[in-house]
Amino acid sequence: MDYVTDRWQQILFASWQHFSLVVQCLLLATVIAVGLAMVSYRSERLSNLANSFTAIGLTIPSFAMIGLLIAPLGFGVLPAVVVVTFYAVLPILRNAVVGLNSVPGGVVESARGIGMSRMATFFRVELPMAWPVILTGMRVSAQMVMGIAAIAAFVLGPGLGGFIFSGLSRLGGANSLASVITGIVAVIVVATILDALLILLGRLTTSRGLRV
Amino acid sequence: MSESTTAPTEPGRITGVPILLDGVTKRYGSKSAPAVDHLTLEIPAGSTVMFVGPSGCGKTTTMKMINRLIEPTEGSIVIDGEDVTTMNGDDLRRRMGYVIQAGGLFPHMTVAANIGLVPKMLGWDKQRIAERVDELLELVSLDPDSYRDRYPKQLSGGQQQRVGVARALAADPPVLLMDEPFGAVDPITRQRLQDEMISIQNELRKTIVIVTHDIDEAVKLGDWVVVFDEGARIQQYDSPERILAEPANDFVSDFVGSGAGLKALGLTRVNEMPILDAVVVTPEDSPTTAVQKAEAAGHGHVVVLDRARRPIAWPSVAQLRRATALPTRYEPDLPIVGMGATLEDALDTMLVSRAGAALVVGPRGRFEGVVDIDTVMQSLRDNRGAADTGRSPVGTNDAEARIEVAPDTGEITLITPDQVGTGRGRYDDGAAEPSRSDADEGSDSTALPQTSGERP
Repeated sequence: MDYVTDRWQQILFASWQHFSLVVQCLLLATVIAVGLAMVSYRSERLSNLANSFTAIGLTIPSFAMIGLLIAPLGFGVLPAVVVVTFYAVLPILRNAVVGLNSVPGGVVESARGIGMSRMATFFRVELPMAWPVILTGMRVSAQMVMGIAAIAAFVLGPGLGGFIFSGLSRLGGANSLASVITGIVAVIVVATILDALLILLGRLTTSRGLRV
Repeated sequence: MSESTTAPTEPGRITGVPILLDGVTKRYGSKSAPAVDHLTLEIPAGSTVMFVGPSGCGKTTTMKMINRLIEPTEGSIVIDGEDVTTMNGDDLRRRMGYVIQAGGLFPHMTVAANIGLVPKMLGWDKQRIAERVDELLELVSLDPDSYRDRYPKQLSGGQQQRVGVARALAADPPVLLMDEPFGAVDPITRQRLQDEMISIQNELRKTIVIVTHDIDEAVKLGDWVVVFDEGARIQQYDSPERILAEPANDFVSDFVGSGAGLKALGLTRVNEMPILDAVVVTPEDSPTTAVQKAEAAGHGHVVVLDRARRPIAWPSVAQLRRATALPTRYEPDLPIVGMGATLEDALDTMLVSRAGAALVVGPRGRFEGVVDIDTVMQSLRDNRGAADTGRSPVGTNDAEARIEVAPDTGEITLITPDQVGTGRGRYDDGAAEPSRSDADEGSDSTALPQTSGERP
């Protein structure tokens, strides 16, 4: 406990950095994923391609991926952002494709039938209707990349990974276990807070007509 | 031109515009048979035209080419004299109402937002949209205060369908396209929605195209009915009465199915029939007077009326001879039909009553006269030889056929190859015209109805 109270400021700062990294990457990932879904959802072939990409992407070990990125991108924030965003895109992309495809054909047809353009139909009808499903993808992503963001410490990225890595590297030494546990607990706390915020976001941005 | 093709007796000014499909073909891929094959079809302004046919016959494709949700491969679409084949599709669709099965409402928007969508796209201000929404909800019999802010999921199927119709009418488009609009609701709701549709149309007089696979719905709602076979080949384009009474070929009669006579009963209303006089008495009269009156008129029954001329009882002469006074209590099981009832309803009432006839009442239950089974039979016979009083819309799949539009009246004339050179006069000699195609003519069939459809 002394370990925590002594380093309270440091933990809080690292937690904030961790949170901020995940949130920013999550927003970026959502934009990318919806963009990719928008391109692919209307074609069965591209939808399947997107799903295979998601499935394969998730099997790549994140540690290996971040290690490989050191060569082109070096150390620091940039490789961390790339890796976290990459993994965050995957569940959102899958859900966005599923969500957009599950909008009933009749609804799209009547949107077109009353004179909405393709773009208007997408942004005012299909996207709002797929939004709850996309948001679920965002929550899955948020949970998943919380852990991946910790690995970003390997490339000296920001966040709580530092506590875990430094503890693990001198395991058996003074406070090493406390350092690892502090990192893990803080990640869980940050993850829980973010999830709660995403649920709140869902409440605020999902039409009541889709919830009743 | 529309006045000559639709019943001018109906209330409401025509707000619809004429539509003309000129040699329209839709082909998916170059090798396959066309989904719509050289279709030339006139849809008169302010009338309701029903597209019927088996699934896959191209009726829905044809309708969707009118608002270019499906682009025609060949041919042109002319709406109110303007060729819309190349204009911006979204702009075109904003000028037409479109209703699909179950309404196709947007679940994430309220009823008001759904209805106000097209006016919003057209740039109306908020106040005007709100007023329009309330007006339309009232038109489709939904109370604005309780339905405006609901979401589609909080409505029943029939209510969703009503909102769908309201949304389609939002910007007051001259044309309304409906794809199986009443397919997803239960039979009782469907009947009520159909009746409402008829009264809305009587008020608004839009040009309406409805796709359905239900021949009963087609003859009930349509001023004109097109029966399509595969490739949108017209088998018959005629008034509902003639489709039922004189199917053009085996395909149409198979499609109409059995009971065409019974369906025809649903087309005619009591007030269109000759209503027979009856001997009427009041409860104050003596039975003897009543018998004398009946015998003088040669009738077997007398109708007892109250002061407001509402029927009280309908005793026979034999009953009167036994009676000491005329009945003053309202008999509960009197066979009474309203002026607006269909012959189907009237026949049903008669079969239940022992007299083989029914009393007809007008507004406020006032007695108007009697209809009997013979009158109904006579009306059915008359229907078979429905009188030809006007021009019928043009419809053909003849690839060689040409359309000629009279510049002054906008009247459309079909010039088929064998007529080229002889010019017009197509309808001058109605009796000599082929009124329909022969079944074996195949793709070159030409359906030219010659009857005028006075809507029942």
